[in-house]
Amino acid sequence: MANILNIVQAVNQALENEMENDPTIVVYGEDVGLEGGVFRATAGLQKKFGEKRVFDAPLAESAIVGTGVGMAINGLKPVVELQFMGFSYPAFNQIISHVARMRNRSRGRYTLPMVIRAPYGGGIRALEHHSESTEALYAHIPGLKVVIPSTPYDAKGLLIAAIRDPDPVLFLEPKRIYRAFKQEIPENAYELPIGKAKIVEEGEDLTIISWGAMVREVQKASEMVKEKGIYPEIIDLRTISPMDRESFVESVKKTGRALIVHEAPKSFGPGAEIISVINEKAFLHLEAPPTRVTGFDTTFPLPRGENHYLPSPERIAKTIEDLVKY
Amino acid sequence: MRFESVKPLEENHYRILDIDGKVINQEKLPNLTDDQLLYLYRTMLFSRTIDEKALSYQRQGRMLTYAPNLGQEATQVGSAYAMEKEDWLVPAFRELGAWLVRGVPLKNIYLYWYGNEWGSHMPEGVKVLPVSVPIGSQFQHAAGIGIANNIKGEKNVVVTYIGDGGTSHGDFHEAINFAAVFNAPVIFIIQNNQYAISTKRKSQTKSETLAQKALAYGIPGILVDGNDIFAMYSATREAIERARNGGGPTLIEAYTYRLGAHTTSDDPTLYRDDKEVEEWKEKDPVLRFKRYLLNKNLISEEWEENLKKELEEEVVSSFEAIENKSDTEIEDIFKYHFEKMPPQLEEQLREYKDFLEGGK
Repeated sequence: MANILNIVQAVNQALENEMENDPTIVVYGEDVGLEGGVFRATAGLQKKFGEKRVFDAPLAESAIVGTGVGMAINGLKPVVELQFMGFSYPAFNQIISHVARMRNRSRGRYTLPMVIRAPYGGGIRALEHHSESTEALYAHIPGLKVVIPSTPYDAKGLLIAAIRDPDPVLFLEPKRIYRAFKQEIPENAYELPIGKAKIVEEGEDLTIISWGAMVREVQKASEMVKEKGIYPEIIDLRTISPMDRESFVESVKKTGRALIVHEAPKSFGPGAEIISVINEKAFLHLEAPPTRVTGFDTTFPLPRGENHYLPSPERIAKTIEDLVKY
Repeated sequence: MRFESVKPLEENHYRILDIDGKVINQEKLPNLTDDQLLYLYRTMLFSRTIDEKALSYQRQGRMLTYAPNLGQEATQVGSAYAMEKEDWLVPAFRELGAWLVRGVPLKNIYLYWYGNEWGSHMPEGVKVLPVSVPIGSQFQHAAGIGIANNIKGEKNVVVTYIGDGGTSHGDFHEAINFAAVFNAPVIFIIQNNQYAISTKRKSQTKSETLAQKALAYGIPGILVDGNDIFAMYSATREAIERARNGGGPTLIEAYTYRLGAHTTSDDPTLYRDDKEVEEWKEKDPVLRFKRYLLNKNLISEEWEENLKKELEEEVVSSFEAIENKSDTEIEDIFKYHFEKMPPQLEEQLREYKDFLEGGK
C-alpha cells in the first residue's frame, strides 16, 4: 500500500520510525502524550511506546527544554515539542544559554543530541502569538541548527536527520501547510542532509530563495510569471542555519538576480544574511540589487489582517517582474 | 523518618554540632570513621586555601574574576560527601567544596577561573556539570538528569545547588515542579548565604523560610544549619537514600553565610557592616568542625599547621601549572560548536588565521 502522507503525518511517521530504531528517544511536551499534540503530530506514539517514552509535560516551556538538556547529558535523546513557536520565548534562556553552548562550554565533554520541534508561521487564522516566524532569532545563535521543511518528504527525512544529529536542532514546522497536500514517501526511515538546500525548479532569469510555507507561494508566483516568459530558479533553503550558501551563490552567478521570500519581518531577517552572502560571493555577477518580499516590520496581525502581512503570489510575482526589468 | 517531623514553616534549624563544636543531637551524629572525619576537615581547609590563594592571585593581577566560597565549606563538603560515586552533581558557580569532594581536579577549577573552557572539561568518570552562570537555570538540568534516571531505570541520584537569590527565579519553580511531578531523584539544595550580591534574603521573598517552599510542590523540605557539616551530611544523606529508593525529590535550605565578596568585582562593605560579618565569623563552619575534632583529640594545632603548609604547596603548584600557559588555542574557539564545523565556521577560522599569518 502506498505511503501517501501530509506534513504532519510525515512528522509523526519520522518519530515512530526513529523511536523504533533508537530506544533512547523520548518525546514530550504539552499535550503530546494522551492527546497526541494539538496538531496530532505525536498521535498514537504514547499508545505504541508507553508513558515512559512519550508523555505530557507540565505547562512550562523553559523546563521542557531545560530538562531536555539534563536528559541528553544523561544518555537520552529528547525530542521535545513546543506547542507554538510564539511560546518558545520562555525557553529562550535555556536554548541560548545552555542548549547551544554545552558542547563548547565543556570542550566536547557534554553534548546535546536533542531536537526542539515547534510549529511556526502564519496563515491559519490563529490567535495572537500563534503565527510567528522568528527563525532569525535562533539562526543568530552559535551552536544551534535551525531546520524548516516545506514538503512531507523533506519533513520526514530532515526530522530523522535532526534526531540522528549529534547536536541540538530546532525543527520548525510550517503549520499552514501541515495538511495542505500529500506526497508518496518511503515508509521506512531515511535521512536528508541538514545544511543542504534543494532546487525546487530550475530557471534562468532570477533566483528565488525561500523556505517553509512560502515555497508554495513562490511556486504559485512562478506559474504566473512563466506566462509572461520569465523562468525563475526556486531554491528551498531547508536549513536556515548553517545555511547552504553554495546553493544560491552558484544559482545567482547563473541568473544575476536574487529574490528572497520569507514571512518573517523584513529588517534583520534571514533575507538580510542571504543578501550579504550574495554580495560577498557573487557581487560581480549581479545585474540587479538583491531584493526581498517579506512580512512587514510589524506585529503579526490578528486573522482579519494576516492576508496583508503574508507575502502573496501576486506580491511576489510583481516583484519578480520588477526585478527582471531592472 | 526525620522529614516527617520537620516543619519547614517553622525556623527550627536541623543541627547536630553547636557553635562550640559540641554534639547536641547524639542520635543523629553520622557514623563516620576517624579517617573520614579527617578527610572532611582536610577538604574544608583545602577549599579555604584555594579561595584565599585565588583572592591573593587576583589582587596581584594574576587571576581574573573569582567567586570565593568562604564560609560555605560545610554546606558543600557535607552535602557532596553524602553522594555515591555514580551520582550526578549539578552546580551553579560557587560550589568549590562540592567540586573537590566529587573529584574535580583543582587544575580544572583554576583553569576555569583563569579563563579557559578546558577547565570545564571534566575528566571521565567525574559526573559533574560545568559552571552554570545564568542564575537558577541549572536546576532544570538537574531535574532532567533525574527524570532520565527514572526513564532508564537507573538508581543514581542528582544533587544540585542554587543561592537564595535563585529561588526568585522561574527556573527554580519549574525545575522543582517537574522533578516532583515525575518523582525524580533530585536533591535541591538552596545555599542561603543571606545575600544575592548586595540584595538581602528578606528582599527575595516574603516566605519565612526558603525550605517551606517545598510544601507547595508536595515534597519534603528541611531547614538545615549550613555551617554544621554533620547536619548537612546527615540531611543530604537521608534525602539521597529516600530519592534512591523511589521517594522523589527533597528541598534543603542550608542556612549559611558568605564570608567573602560575591566575586572579586564586588565590595561587600557597601551593603553590610563589620559587626554582622564578625558575628558570622563566630559561626565559621571550619572553626566549628575544628573545635569538634580538637575535643575528640583527633587533631592538634601542630597537625593543622603542617596540613595547611602541605595544602598551600599543592595549591601553589596547581596554579603555577596553569599560569601563563593557558591561552586559548584559536582552533578551539571554533571547533566545539558542532561535532563537525559547518563551512561558515571553517571559512571564518581560515580567514582569521590568514590575517594573523599575513600580519607577521
